[in-house]
Amino acid sequence: MDPLALTLIDLGAVVFCLGLLARLAGRIGMSPIPLYLVGGLFFGAGSLVKLEGMHEFAHLSSEIGVILLLLMLGLEYTAKELVTGLRQSWQAGVLDLVLNFLPGAGLALLLGWGLIGAMVLGGVTYISSSGIAAKVITDLGRIGNRETPVILSILVFEDLAMAVYLPVLTATLAGVSFVVGLQTVGISLAVVTVVLVVALRHGHRVSQAVHSENSEVFLLNLLGAALLVAGLASAMQISAAVGAFMLGIAISGATAHSATQILEPLRDLFAAIFFVVFGLNTDPASIPPVLAWALLLAVLTAATKMATGFWAAKRAGIGLPGRFRTGATLIARGEFSIVIAGLAVASGVVPQELAALATAYVLIMAIAGPLAARFVEPLVSMLRRPSKQQAVGTIRGA
Amino acid sequence: MNVDETDLPGLGRRKDFMAASGRRIGVVEYREGQIELIVSTWDDPDTCEASIPLSADEAATLCNLLGGQHLAMQLSEAHREVPGIVTRQFSIGADSPFDNQPMGKACIRTRSGVSIVAIMREGEVLPSPGPDVLLHVGDLLVAVGTQEGLDSAASILRNG
Repeated sequence: MDPLALTLIDLGAVVFCLGLLARLAGRIGMSPIPLYLVGGLFFGAGSLVKLEGMHEFAHLSSEIGVILLLLMLGLEYTAKELVTGLRQSWQAGVLDLVLNFLPGAGLALLLGWGLIGAMVLGGVTYISSSGIAAKVITDLGRIGNRETPVILSILVFEDLAMAVYLPVLTATLAGVSFVVGLQTVGISLAVVTVVLVVALRHGHRVSQAVHSENSEVFLLNLLGAALLVAGLASAMQISAAVGAFMLGIAISGATAHSATQILEPLRDLFAAIFFVVFGLNTDPASIPPVLAWALLLAVLTAATKMATGFWAAKRAGIGLPGRFRTGATLIARGEFSIVIAGLAVASGVVPQELAALATAYVLIMAIAGPLAARFVEPLVSMLRRPSKQQAVGTIRGA
Repeated sequence: MNVDETDLPGLGRRKDFMAASGRRIGVVEYREGQIELIVSTWDDPDTCEASIPLSADEAATLCNLLGGQHLAMQLSEAHREVPGIVTRQFSIGADSPFDNQPMGKACIRTRSGVSIVAIMREGEVLPSPGPDVLLHVGDLLVAVGTQEGLDSAASILRNG
């Protein structure tokens, strides 16, 4: 058969299967990310799809997927929200960072993956999935709840932390010396600050530069700008993803809103390819040996996220059930954990087991997170009811 | 009344207050412009019993209903010393003959002795409306008069 025809059939089959998986995910009300990963593992295991003809395409697509994921993360919050969030919730943010980075980093050290491995796995366990959390909050009708701003401000802090973490990670993975690494950190901190200031003062100009009433022109402007900025950032060793993220922050107001709408289908497609390619590159046989570790890490970091949320909500004056809801909503890990693991795997300086562990871990957390968020409430009220009845009983008795 | 305003990063704003009954009542305003009415549960003021998306029309209607009641309550309070004087609200139904007609055409004061002291429309109050004000479907008329006068005003507004 003509190689082009074969490639098209391969690609079509993969994308069609992704559609089926996404529909299944929607039907049972879960995030499609774990299903995409499993899909990737399955395609790889059965050697159903070798992606030979489209290796280049799949690779580039998954890179674009990461860029779009980060661009839309940047679009999600305005610069003002980021700065206010940083000011109001940095204590909770720092606690979140410490409590959730350390378990991953510790396990990596324990398994002998070195400091680089520790840095990667720490990032994987640290970052909550803002996509899953936002969906859970909306689906469960909790947007008007009093703990919701607490959850969102922690997610905002993680957002900003990513802007510093990703460049550092990229520099570390590239194996640069300590001094060069420090320089990169310096540059990225400076860039983050400059972008925030520019976005606060001149955000409308950046928006104007890409905005257009014509949706076709707008899409091309936006995508072109994102790829350009990502490429330039990559050339400066800051990480392509961070470049796109910064562009997202700089675009503000109505432009950001329409940009989100226009980019969503593209993001969905390319991000899905990214997850599948990540799954494809993971050898399914490497997962069972690390499954126990993944489970342990899952339990541990579910507890630490719960503790983070509990503490932050308590500080905000939220009652007991709300504190549990806050913690449970933050448990889900997803797209950004895979982005971090993907960057590490692509660099080739971390062992294959790390990718397997990260895959298993995200599979567990992306499924368990929303379930925890849903069922924490009835559980807590069940625990509370006996004491309430007791209290009523005493009053009656008296 | 203390209304709390809270930013919801990435979503919009929440504005709410604690009612005397212990429930939190308010609205969530999304960045995209939609609005949701929220009411908290009775046992946990942090969580919501209901979040009801409202269209602009629905929000304005709800506003009329609540605002009209508020105005009527204040007027009744003011007229309490005058025996025989009552405040009542009339809404202009879809079948009212006075839709899009000047209020003066109904000759309410002449025919029933009732005064229309205000019109509530889309959350706004039109105080002391003149005879030239056009009535619209959905308007809430706040009227002051005797019981019998108000009964006949209601019939005038309904049947012409």
